[in-house]
Amino acid sequence: MKFQIPIGPQHPALKEPISLRMTVEGEVIRDADIRLGYNHRGLEKLAEQKTWIQNIYLTERICGICSHSHTTCYVQGVEKLMELEPPKRGLYIRTLVAELERIHSHLLWLGVAGHEAGFDSFFMYTWRDREIVMDILEIITGNRVHYGINTIGGVRRDLDEQQVKRILDSLDILRQRSEYYKHLGTNEPSFVARLAGVGYLSREDAIALCAVGPTLRASGVAMDVRKDDPYAVYDEVPFEVCTADTCDVLGRTVVRIKELFQCYNIIEFLLKNLPAGPVAVRAPRRAKPNEVVSRYEAPRGENIHYIKSNGTDKPERLKVRAPTLGNYAATIQMLKNGFIADVPLIFAAIDPCICCAERAVSLVDARTGQEKIISLNSLKSLSLKLSAGNKRKREAEWPL
Amino acid sequence: MATVKTLIYLVIYPGLLFLFLYSTFVEWYDRKLYARLQNRMGPTHTGRFGLLQPIADFFKLMAKEDIVPERADKKMFSALPAFGLAIVFTAMLLLPLWNYSLDKPSVTSFSGDLIVVLYLLSLPTFIFFLAGWSSTNLFSTIGAARVLTMLFGYEVPLFLAVLSPAVLANSWRLAEIAAFYRQRPALALVNLLGFVIALICVQAKLERTPFDIPHAETEIVGGTFTEYSGKKLAIFRLMMDAEMVVAAGLLATVFLGGFPGGPLFGLLNFIVKTLFVIFFLSLIRATTSRIRVDQVVSFAWKYLAPLAIVQLLIVILVKGLLS
Repeated sequence: MKFQIPIGPQHPALKEPISLRMTVEGEVIRDADIRLGYNHRGLEKLAEQKTWIQNIYLTERICGICSHSHTTCYVQGVEKLMELEPPKRGLYIRTLVAELERIHSHLLWLGVAGHEAGFDSFFMYTWRDREIVMDILEIITGNRVHYGINTIGGVRRDLDEQQVKRILDSLDILRQRSEYYKHLGTNEPSFVARLAGVGYLSREDAIALCAVGPTLRASGVAMDVRKDDPYAVYDEVPFEVCTADTCDVLGRTVVRIKELFQCYNIIEFLLKNLPAGPVAVRAPRRAKPNEVVSRYEAPRGENIHYIKSNGTDKPERLKVRAPTLGNYAATIQMLKNGFIADVPLIFAAIDPCICCAERAVSLVDARTGQEKIISLNSLKSLSLKLSAGNKRKREAEWPL
Repeated sequence: MATVKTLIYLVIYPGLLFLFLYSTFVEWYDRKLYARLQNRMGPTHTGRFGLLQPIADFFKLMAKEDIVPERADKKMFSALPAFGLAIVFTAMLLLPLWNYSLDKPSVTSFSGDLIVVLYLLSLPTFIFFLAGWSSTNLFSTIGAARVLTMLFGYEVPLFLAVLSPAVLANSWRLAEIAAFYRQRPALALVNLLGFVIALICVQAKLERTPFDIPHAETEIVGGTFTEYSGKKLAIFRLMMDAEMVVAAGLLATVFLGGFPGGPLFGLLNFIVKTLFVIFFLSLIRATTSRIRVDQVVSFAWKYLAPLAIVQLLIVILVKGLLS
């Protein structure tokens, strides 16, 4: 018996609206379909009306988890347009925050994976230890989520000796805890039984479907923007690109845990070799007409910003390709021939950030399946027209 | 006098009132323990140490809007919670809590009551299946199918594990089995393997992690209970708590020597021993992740069932050595 199961747009496994339609036979998924467009951002259009500086804070709000990724990606592009050379110390601090963000994102993901697999203790523990990173970020930038540390030409805040010492102390605790999660994530039998062999994505498929980030690296492809196209100070920092060859969710978990340890090493290196000097240079208000593509390795994968300037103090066009969008095609491949029980895990394993990848709302007719895009005003008048003759519903009564 | 005693037995102890209060306490105990194991606080706000939280939850749910889906089988949908609760409360009456006296087999303690309790504990599983099926919701239907699939896995090992102590004690009456192991405590150790198997099977029967597959939140929303709300959901939740008490009580009777010492000490014994069993249930819940339904069946038939048979063989050997 074949039938369709809707996962989303509202579903406890999904924190954001997206619709996954599964055609299942019993518990086995035969076909999968992803429908986007439940979330309207209007962000790229908004960016055209704001100045270069204002846009830093706008791009920061593309995502709550990788806020620093988007600003860095944007700021790097703008710096190239303005032909600016940020000072070394500024770049070191920028990279430091980026790696701290990677740690917090990966710890968060481990917790989510635990929760999706029904392992809530794992979830509670990883999220408790994530607080340490959040505290470090608060010490450095003054904020826990939107750090607001980037500016065109460098960073906005400097580090002092005391802060460096506190960060290094906290790193020791994090290392210890990560060892424990590494042990737990790869040894707890019921957890491994859920992860191993689930969501298989072969090396060839991963390349053909343009997967990015840990999803790609877990299929055995050592591809990382930090290594392939070094930005900031990654060409000076020694680190390894972590891969796994199991091509499944377990591999994606292992890659992320390995990356955690790389992050600790990178942070230690950055703090110990922090050059002296200013943290930022003065930036001009306008950029010459030009265009640029900026790449950045976000915790979730490759993040791309395309920026076009026209000589004014505002961008003519800003296009954002969030890493989640790059992984959707691979997700469908991973879902096929899996079990219903594995859907949340497979989908969570790409670490989806749905609102990062959403741009516009499309309306789908439930009967005919026709899709169309309409303006907000006509949507309003449509809803008023449809509900014009309706009687007002009775207020809910208190049952006692 | 006999009528008064029967009434007290049914309504107050160990019947409705006691089981209601104790179930809520056990829910608090389980939640608190689970929370502490996860480095959380658990309920703290309502009552001292949050003790009244489950009762508050129950009454709050009772006051919530109660929705019956348009397409559901309405009579069955509404009747099932009441049936389920009645079944579990009946099973509680059969535990040798006040009727521990061996010489006077009464209506609630008779030869073969072990089988009746096991039967009554199987019925809630069918209640869950029917509840999911009659909701006609897609997620409920999948949940219902999973309830039954799991039943095929754990039911046989559970029966084997619980029956082997009975074979050694040479009785099908709970009070007699308990008395047998009280007299020869060393023999209770023979059933250690069976106790572990029974613990795992009871965990599966109660649908708790790693076996909370029929209502796996992240996969199929509320599973069997997706469409249930308000009073009916409150009763189902109470029923699951009561089922935990009864199942823990059954294991304590069969494996841990029952609840001797008259009404008062018997009660104390009951509380200590059931909390001991539930401690392990909470521990399993906190330290495992949810497995897949096919993994449950293969795990049950690859490991639990053969081990239960090994337990039965051990019991038969020991019995031969003793006689």
